Amino acid sequence: MLSILVVDEKRARAAIIEDGLREAGHTQVTLVTEMKGLVREIERLAPDVIVINLENPNRDRLEHFFQVSRSVQRPVAMFVDRSDTASIEAAIEAGVSAYVVDGLKKERIKPILDMAISRFNAFRRLQQELEQARGELEERRLVDRAKAILMKRRGLDEPSAYALLRRTAMNENRRIAEVARSLVTAQSLLGDDA
Amino acid sequence: MSMTLVRAGYIPLLDCAALVVAAERGFAEAEGLALKLTRETSWANIRDRTAIGHFDVAHMLGPMAIAASLGLGPLSTPIIAPVALGRGGNTVTVQMALFHEMRAAGFAEGPAAAGAALARVVAARRASGRPPLRFGVVHPHSSHNYDLRYWLAACGIDPVQDIATTVVPPPFMADALMADHIDGFCVGEPWGTVAVAAGAGRIVTTKAEIWPRSPEKVLGVSEAFAREHPDAAAGLVRAIVAAAAWCDDSANHGDLVALLSRADCLGVDAALLRPALEGELMLGGGETRRVEEFILYARHDANRPESAHALWLFQQMVRWGDAEDRAENRRRAVATYRPDLFNAALSHSPFAPTLGGSDLRIPAGSDPAEGPFDRTKR
Repeated sequence: MLSILVVDEKRARAAIIEDGLREAGHTQVTLVTEMKGLVREIERLAPDVIVINLENPNRDRLEHFFQVSRSVQRPVAMFVDRSDTASIEAAIEAGVSAYVVDGLKKERIKPILDMAISRFNAFRRLQQELEQARGELEERRLVDRAKAILMKRRGLDEPSAYALLRRTAMNENRRIAEVARSLVTAQSLLGDDA
Repeated sequence: MSMTLVRAGYIPLLDCAALVVAAERGFAEAEGLALKLTRETSWANIRDRTAIGHFDVAHMLGPMAIAASLGLGPLSTPIIAPVALGRGGNTVTVQMALFHEMRAAGFAEGPAAAGAALARVVAARRASGRPPLRFGVVHPHSSHNYDLRYWLAACGIDPVQDIATTVVPPPFMADALMADHIDGFCVGEPWGTVAVAAGAGRIVTTKAEIWPRSPEKVLGVSEAFAREHPDAAAGLVRAIVAAAAWCDDSANHGDLVALLSRADCLGVDAALLRPALEGELMLGGGETRRVEEFILYARHDANRPESAHALWLFQQMVRWGDAEDRAENRRRAVATYRPDLFNAALSHSPFAPTLGGSDLRIPAGSDPAEGPFDRTKR
């Protein structure tokens, strides 16, 4: 059974990867989310595979530790097979790197790396979707506030207020949310009594 | 005019300035290049992303480019250095506690006297059974590592037996010092000054004093990019040289520190960039000291990637067991630095170098460094 260490300061992402590894039948998975004591943890666990995110500045420290350490078997970067450029690119694109103890068969490592890549990508997609959802919610709030302003100031009902926003947006070739934002900004600048 | 896109990676340091200025102040554009910069968090990322072609070029440690050419890295894609980004710019900084010990042991300014005091502290520590001092460097294949070892060895300290070396990313050096993870470090500015300003450290010597005008970062260019886009590579050399000259001009320093201190660049207070730029170092404990030519961006032919520099770095790699001393390795290491491409790129520009005007020679089989220390091999 391979022992796998996941190093990632983003706890949520680390957990997603851990789940994936456990689903794939790996039971010896350890998460490290803090850099403090990382080297000691590696010495204690002597992992076969270390998965680390690329934006982690401690890659340099890890590589140096592997280079000089006599206490752990020397892991090498995942790029064991240089011919497999597609998987190397996919990993770097996804933002993940792995270090693997020398001598392990490629067939045993590849599924782990592929899983880490897909989970990293999934995490990024989730984040993007979350941001998009936040943006949409924010836009809906803006449109609601703009409608309320029009209803109060122009004595319109809700459908007419919305129709006015939409018509203005079409005429000015802007998005409804942008028109709404301008209106809300103008309102806050001019004040209620303007 | 259609612009050629060039993607570049850099690490937040004072010596990324020529690259940043080339991108931000129109020097790249003037050569028809759209230079797109990405800040990176580790030298390993710089190496890997250059190797797989995410970056066409990068702010790079000189020995890292040589290591790539020697096939020492995991993805050893040949990298060449057609232009250097400057000379000098590093400090050796120690914890205040260690500095007090050094002072008690007769510390005086200057690399020889400072090193002698450190040697006495190291000997006393060994005699009393205390653990060896720990020094941080930015990467094993870095001039910081080799300069530190060169200095220590010249002062009678064995960098392998007498001290422990660890790797810490530049922006974390001050923290590591404060957290007691290391007793000292060798790092590029502004990170020494940042530690001093935090009250955590004292600058005890500088690269400019250990070896004046000594080689530092280069523009690492993947060999494939240079081969496929020779005009862009030459344009880049000219843009870097013009930007470097701009950086050396004190009239531009206000603009330069404003640019570099931006949160998306170095993210360091502008006041902490000035001491190194002006050579008026804040040493710590309220002391300041003028260090001539602390960092050179363009002056004294600072941008020419000298073959002698590549050879010296290779010799250090051999000296400390990082590379095998074989004729083929030596040839490849020296060929990493490309003064020929540098000269060719600049031959018709206002920055035309004096061809063959270098005062550096490569004596066969020996060490060309003009340092103040003995250069006996281990």
